[in-house]
Amino acid sequence: MRDVAIVAFSQTDHVRSSEEVSEVEMLMPVLHDVLGRTGLRTGDIGFTCSGSCDYLAGRAFSFTMALDGVGAWPPIPESHVEMDGAWALYEAWVKLLTGEADTALVYAYGKSSPGSVRDVLTRQLDPYYLAPLWPDSVALAALQAQALIDSGETDEPALAAIAERSRTAAEGNPHAQLRGPRPQGGYVVRPLRTGDCPPVGDGAAAVVLAAGDRARELCPRPAWIRGMDHRVEPHALGVRDLTDSPSTRLAAERAGVHERPVDTAELHAPFTSQEVVLRKALRLGDSVAVNPSGGALAANPVMAAGLIRVGEAAAAVHRGASGRALAHATSGPCLQQNLVAVLEGEPHAR
Amino acid sequence: MSATPASATPASGAPSSPEVPRAPLVVEFPFTRSLGPVQSAFLTGLRERTVLGVRTTGGRVLVPPVEYDPETSEEIGDLVEVGTTGTVTTWAWNPDPRRGQPLRTPFAWVLVRLDGADTGLLHALDASGPDAVRTGMRVRVRWAAERGGSITDIACFEPYRDGPESGAESGPESGGEGSPGRGSESGAEHRDDDPAEHRGPGNGTGSGTGSGTGRATRSGTGSGTRSTEPATPGAEGRAATGPRSHSGEFDDPVTGVVVPARLDYTYTPGRAQTRFISALAERRTTGERCPSCRKVYVPPRGACPTCGVATSEQVEVGPRGTVTTFCIVNIKAKNLDIEVPYVYAHIALDGADLPLHGRIAGIPYDRVRMGLRVEPVWTGDDRHPDHYRPTGEPDADYDTYRELL
Repeated sequence: MRDVAIVAFSQTDHVRSSEEVSEVEMLMPVLHDVLGRTGLRTGDIGFTCSGSCDYLAGRAFSFTMALDGVGAWPPIPESHVEMDGAWALYEAWVKLLTGEADTALVYAYGKSSPGSVRDVLTRQLDPYYLAPLWPDSVALAALQAQALIDSGETDEPALAAIAERSRTAAEGNPHAQLRGPRPQGGYVVRPLRTGDCPPVGDGAAAVVLAAGDRARELCPRPAWIRGMDHRVEPHALGVRDLTDSPSTRLAAERAGVHERPVDTAELHAPFTSQEVVLRKALRLGDSVAVNPSGGALAANPVMAAGLIRVGEAAAAVHRGASGRALAHATSGPCLQQNLVAVLEGEPHAR
Repeated sequence: MSATPASATPASGAPSSPEVPRAPLVVEFPFTRSLGPVQSAFLTGLRERTVLGVRTTGGRVLVPPVEYDPETSEEIGDLVEVGTTGTVTTWAWNPDPRRGQPLRTPFAWVLVRLDGADTGLLHALDASGPDAVRTGMRVRVRWAAERGGSITDIACFEPYRDGPESGAESGPESGGEGSPGRGSESGAEHRDDDPAEHRGPGNGTGSGTGSGTGRATRSGTGSGTRSTEPATPGAEGRAATGPRSHSGEFDDPVTGVVVPARLDYTYTPGRAQTRFISALAERRTTGERCPSCRKVYVPPRGACPTCGVATSEQVEVGPRGTVTTFCIVNIKAKNLDIEVPYVYAHIALDGADLPLHGRIAGIPYDRVRMGLRVEPVWTGDDRHPDHYRPTGEPDADYDTYRELL
């Protein structure tokens, strides 16, 4: 099997509203930046894959408009997932592993500002038993948070500490939407307070993948993908133990997380309570730097926030801040789907 | 163009640039979905005030029921009737109900494990406040007065103190069970409820996921040894006997649901399309030139799809143009006040390198042809061309537009 690495990462500044620009206008600078970091042009890219959601845009096939920013002529091999871009990255990784391409461009974007993301996300739920009740994303996360509190695994002060730690870390992240600690605020849906919830915002991100020697040519210290796996829980919330994440645990095992210790973990936990679940499932000790970027509590552009976790982990490897980093992405209510990747900064010892 | 619906959330704290045009965009859809045998039985059952679950081959009772075992993926269809009372396994207080949610006043979201079930059903709990809700509390179904076979046939849950019932379920419809043969037993449940009977996890297999917290709390309110024991066959009441087999057959079964969905957006077109729309208001049509390949795109979307770079150089095109290709529309679209048949065409405005769409009028539909020269006819409010009509010029030579087909 070939070695595949992330060789470049770029993201927008994440903002509450980017109403002055269209999706493609928001995305294009990121695409140009990530290609510029490698010196590649669109025509050099072997495979392009993106993640986004029509329900955010309120328009069918909205990703085709964004594709204008890539330069799709002469025709390119291209694909799209109606999911977070982390899953687009998975598709591209497989494409490179099979040898069908040597380089890949992966991007993702989400503009939550045109609508109400709490309402929009209800439309991803089971249409027979859940969607008619319009349970919003904060409400579902709050059910999970209460289950954790009842089980004694966390309490409100502990959740507040997660919020404070994340947003303090984001002070060093120029792209973050919320930088620096802020009051926990009142209950949005009890037990979750404003501070326990992610900001609503717009943003985009992109990475470039390359295989083998191509990666070494393009990046002085490639972030080698040592393993990546994604798993899903039963979709019915009432079937699941909301205090645990067996899918994350299994994905981590299959991705090889525990073969050697990681020093950094970028976790896609939009709600403070979800970090509690993920830390347990991933068996992360206190020595691991969790979300040094600030994580999704500092910027959560829907459909891009997971890809950003992988990108932030890769960037930490690129700059030598991490030797072995874990990246996690989630999708769906209450950590329904989970992806785990392991990135390393050294050549693979075979 | 400037109306913003109250339900659309404006950017908090972000100053909105006054030149950004915006308009309400409502996406509304009635999703019509068919039901399989299990979902049909469940939703029909709700209409008849009967809650059905499905038993897996491993013995777990899933409520609401599904057609495939989430653990083994086996097809399952062994329907059972469970109680209309249950236990809250987790909850969240919702101080500010949103459109479409079950109650208009503040309420608790709850996962309820109905008596006899091993899994949680998500719904709303009508309670006086967060202090009146706790994990492990007993609740019962409040049926909607009007029921047609949907999850909203359960209006919500309400707090329920186990014990002799004063008035069966609730409201004027109480007492009238829909299915003969079950009515008396259902009635027995209400008359003979013993606080202890509901404490057990139904059929004895409920010690799986998610039950730890609820069980702990229940043992605090239960009464001695029976509180953690599985229900005993032969005891009175539905909960005590556990889930009972049910044929799933009802008169006039519900076989489909129509699920209305509405989302409200505030549409903003972005920089390039804003420039285009602003020019239209002055009866000008503008394209944007790609700095790389020099092509002029109309309408501009801000990027050259060939080169993947931003377009910015403004180019006024038209107003006249050439029909490059067309079709004849024979089916009247809903809410469209145009007589059929009519012609819809690709029109290459003079100076543009990409044809745009437009309707052709002012000429019989069967006289429209490739190469026809046309010009825009503006709407009364000058917002955009309503359609294009022939200019009377000679037709354009094929070679002048062959690259634009």
